[in-house]
Amino acid sequence: MELFANLLGRMSLEYFPKEPATIGAAIGMPLAVFGVVGLLTYFKKWRWLWDNYLTSLDAKKIGVMYIAVGLIMLIRGLADTLMLRLQTAVAVGDQAGPFSTDTFQQVFTAHGTIMIFFVAMGLMFGLINVALPLMLGTRDVAFPLLNSISFWLFAAGMILINFSLIYGGFSNGGWLGYPPLTELQYNPGPGVDYWIWSLQIAGVGSLLSGINFFVTIIKNRAPGMTFMKMPIFAWSVLVTTVLIMLAFPILTATLAMLSLDRTLGMHFFTSLAGGNPMMYINLIWAWGHPEVYILVLPAFGIFSEIVATFSRKALFGYKSMVIALCAIMVLSFIVWQHHFFTMGAGANVNAFFGIMTMIIAIPTGVKIFNWLFTMYRGKILFASPMWWFMTFVVTFTLGGVTGVLMAVPAIDYQVHNTLFLVAHFHNVIIGGVVFGYLAGVAYWFPKMFGFTLIERLGKLSAALWQLGFILAFMPLYALGLMGAVRRLDHYTDPAWTPFFIVSGIGVVIICGGVFVLVLQIALSIWKRKSLKAGGDPWNGRTLEWSVPSPAPSYNFAVIPHVSERDEWWHRKQHKLAHAIDHYQDIMLPKNSSIGLIIGGLAGIAGFGIIWHIWWLSAIAVVAIISTVIIRSNVEETEFTITAAELKNAEAKL
Amino acid sequence: MKRKMLVVAIVVVIAALVALGYRLVHGVTFDVLQPTGVIGLKERNLLLFTLGLSLIVVVPVFTMLAVFAWKYHESNTEATYKPNWTKNTTLETIWWGIPIVIIAILSLVTFITSHTLDPYKPIASNNRTIEVQVVALQWKWLFIYPDYGIATVNELPIAVNTPIHFSLTGDAPMNGFWIPSLGTQIYAMNGMQSELNLMANKVGVYKGHATNINGKGYADMNFTVKALSSGDFDTWQKSAHDSPDQLTKATYDKLAEPNTMGVRTLLLADRTLYDTIMMKYMTKQTTKNNTTKSTMDHHSMDAM
Amino acid sequence: MSTLHETQLANQKTELGFWLYLMTDLMLFASLFAAFMVLRVGTNGGSSGVDIFNPQYALLETFVLLASSLSCGIALISARFGKLKPAVIYLVITMLLGASFLFLEIREFALLVLEGNSAASSAFLSAFFTLVATHGLHILIGLVWAGALLYSITKKGLQPRVLHKFGLFALFWHFLDIVWIFIFSVVYLIGGLS
Repeated sequence: MELFANLLGRMSLEYFPKEPATIGAAIGMPLAVFGVVGLLTYFKKWRWLWDNYLTSLDAKKIGVMYIAVGLIMLIRGLADTLMLRLQTAVAVGDQAGPFSTDTFQQVFTAHGTIMIFFVAMGLMFGLINVALPLMLGTRDVAFPLLNSISFWLFAAGMILINFSLIYGGFSNGGWLGYPPLTELQYNPGPGVDYWIWSLQIAGVGSLLSGINFFVTIIKNRAPGMTFMKMPIFAWSVLVTTVLIMLAFPILTATLAMLSLDRTLGMHFFTSLAGGNPMMYINLIWAWGHPEVYILVLPAFGIFSEIVATFSRKALFGYKSMVIALCAIMVLSFIVWQHHFFTMGAGANVNAFFGIMTMIIAIPTGVKIFNWLFTMYRGKILFASPMWWFMTFVVTFTLGGVTGVLMAVPAIDYQVHNTLFLVAHFHNVIIGGVVFGYLAGVAYWFPKMFGFTLIERLGKLSAALWQLGFILAFMPLYALGLMGAVRRLDHYTDPAWTPFFIVSGIGVVIICGGVFVLVLQIALSIWKRKSLKAGGDPWNGRTLEWSVPSPAPSYNFAVIPHVSERDEWWHRKQHKLAHAIDHYQDIMLPKNSSIGLIIGGLAGIAGFGIIWHIWWLSAIAVVAIISTVIIRSNVEETEFTITAAELKNAEAKL
Repeated sequence: MKRKMLVVAIVVVIAALVALGYRLVHGVTFDVLQPTGVIGLKERNLLLFTLGLSLIVVVPVFTMLAVFAWKYHESNTEATYKPNWTKNTTLETIWWGIPIVIIAILSLVTFITSHTLDPYKPIASNNRTIEVQVVALQWKWLFIYPDYGIATVNELPIAVNTPIHFSLTGDAPMNGFWIPSLGTQIYAMNGMQSELNLMANKVGVYKGHATNINGKGYADMNFTVKALSSGDFDTWQKSAHDSPDQLTKATYDKLAEPNTMGVRTLLLADRTLYDTIMMKYMTKQTTKNNTTKSTMDHHSMDAM
Repeated sequence: MSTLHETQLANQKTELGFWLYLMTDLMLFASLFAAFMVLRVGTNGGSSGVDIFNPQYALLETFVLLASSLSCGIALISARFGKLKPAVIYLVITMLLGASFLFLEIREFALLVLEGNSAASSAFLSAFFTLVATHGLHILIGLVWAGALLYSITKKGLQPRVLHKFGLFALFWHFLDIVWIFIFSVVYLIGGLS
């Protein structure tokens, strides 16, 4: 019995969920998963799924998987939000909310973690995968196998965080897990460890993607596409990858140190024995601030493409936009302390970081003007992506204002860690990141699948999101100014309740917006024959619109030669027909299950560390190394499409 | 036609939202916007000033967004269409220049106010300063008045128009100490000392909050601030000496156990208690001649 | 099969990618260095750098690692000149020196732990052990990689693909040597002598 107990680390029956809400989630989620598994089995789609998606090294397919996971996690994150707002609408004075304090704290921690790491990062990497190679006039990313590994590491992190619902519970320390609260002294259970390892594993995936996309942009561009001729989206991704490569290792190191504290009893961030929790806060925000720019810059890039495309006009001030992107990239590394002005660093330190933070507002503001003047003297079609752009400008600008307010340390002293702060960051993240990536999905969906999404429902979704956002978050600004701090599971002042109720209604409307989105996708799939789209449904400007929809596996039969910015628009304007006369053999990467295997093993290793099942983690790690070595000795990793096969395929399209 | 309907719908919704907003905020007290402390007042004015500056940018942005969306809609065939018009040095100069000027002004204001509103900066006054030592616990606040030999839990009586100098530490996961009506919040951390200076200018009862999650009882970690007249404060502190409860190392250990409680008043039997609490976490450094010493300097956070 | 041009392009990409990975690894070490610099005063009443660091021992480790970088360089050059036997011999020497370095380091750790100076004793020791052991782990992975490389060379000979990977390994190995120089200087020299 002893040996058996040791084999399972610290697992025991006590870690199953005990409250109605958590029990419900623990039953509901596996049911949903089994439902999907059942459907796949019933319709005999496993082979199709395996060959076309799970083992595919095609960036377009990997991108679709990222987006699917991102949207599913959006629903999970919003379910968390509904729970939070239900609680705050009710739990005033002596009235208890429907959820225990422990559940509430886990829910807001899960909410933040999921939204940032799995929704925003997922949608971002998904859209980059789907669009970037096509825009650059190339066949795939620089390292297709690494791309697959990155996705499966991301998926492993996602599975770990969801598994905590069923067994063990999640962290209650907020999405950034400040010590000493998250140290063993105050939090000995597995929740914080689930948080650490799902982020650690997903974080490695992100880091590898950063390297991958950087090399892709540097090395994979079509001939003739100089840096100043590549789409501005590619610039935004380039800048983002630099941020990823420099910032994510800090997260890796910091999470590792916290994990060492918790697993091996070390003292990096403990209160006692010389540890320094303030060090954690500095390190985690040294990653955390670049992270939010990582999230928003590709969204800016997407909006740049959308505004130019739908205004039928070239982007205003391309060079300024590039300079602004680079300025934001550099500045985002020297502002992190503004997240803890109230830690008492002294006037000069606070002033320096406050001023640096404000300076970032300048290039960001410049971008908004450039977008507006792209509209100016354009001929604007307000398709659904433009609706998202409109909601973005309104929402993000407001968020920027409150950001500038909070950049002044003396103002921040009165609003830090209140619902005012919560409103601000949701303001910029929803306005910039969420609206940006939903716009990207609407914009590139036809390219991914060959049919457009039903426009009316897309516009309705944008409208609901905008209205819902205002109702959900404006009251939070007010609450913050009333003295309401964040993360409260109950409160005493009944004057706050009407604000929380209005906020809750806003969340419901946002959920309505997501419901419409899901409906839109479902109905569009159902009606796809009548929504069929050619290669260029939006009369686009960049190269992805020069190939059929969905794009063939090889993207371009013949790699195009680029001479202008907005090359595709240029060709259409000057009626440059590109008759292809000469096909050559193409080599593409074969499918591979390596990514899946490594992701799975990483998840198992993480699981083992969380539950102190050391032998399991050790085996998993050795297996990962072995897999890498075995794979490195595989010679035949590509397959050929002969020129004849290519010609046939092109004729059919 | 459809466009006009959409615009009308948007205007109606905005009007409804404004009405809803007015209805919500009507009659509500906003501690941060209606402060009763000198620091809070300065911070409120700074907020309004900065908000005003931002409007210089925000109003044109929203206006242009609306106007351009309307005027350059593809159905408006009379509007100029210049598909390759992408450069205008005058415009670029304006929208780089004006934000730079605004941020320059704001930077200067930031530098100045970071100093004038530095929580460590003592408040100039002819009146005495009341010293309060704050210990953030799970899940309550301990306030020690070293000059008066008393201590309270979850209640902070102070005198109006009197500078209060707080020395803060913690014996619990990191927390933040905040009285919105009076101003600036600051973290209270184990083994560290942070400082805060506030002054109330109006008699009344104000709310105090904990601002950083520190476990299950976080939401209950509120305290009440009683700003009393000078005479009333003296009356109170004298009567507090009649309290039967004593704050010693032993009773403190009991107090520090994780739980929530109401208001308590205690006699401070151990004047070194605050230092002892901080010392528990203090880093012991090894000096050149291999003796151990403890670091305990003010502004210990500046070392970061 | 890919053309020569395509192979060259692919090699350029992997090389660029690997340099970038090394840069991210540098950021990881930088974070651990930063933690060490801040936490080295947190001795919890126990040992500090002066008490436990032996700069001469660390100097020995440094020479061992530097020598392994030298042998790695010779191995790579031999390989690029098509000289199989010297390439193999010097690669084996590199591995032996690397293993010796690890042995010295593990011995140092074991002695410290037996004395009662474990990573769980204080923040200073946590930071020290983690920084140095992270480097040690990288060396271990390097040894595994070298072993796999050795296998490839003996099985397949000095093919272009194998040479390319050999080059990447050498980059990794030299990078670890450079990181060690920083560790030696900042941790052992400054920490041990002040």
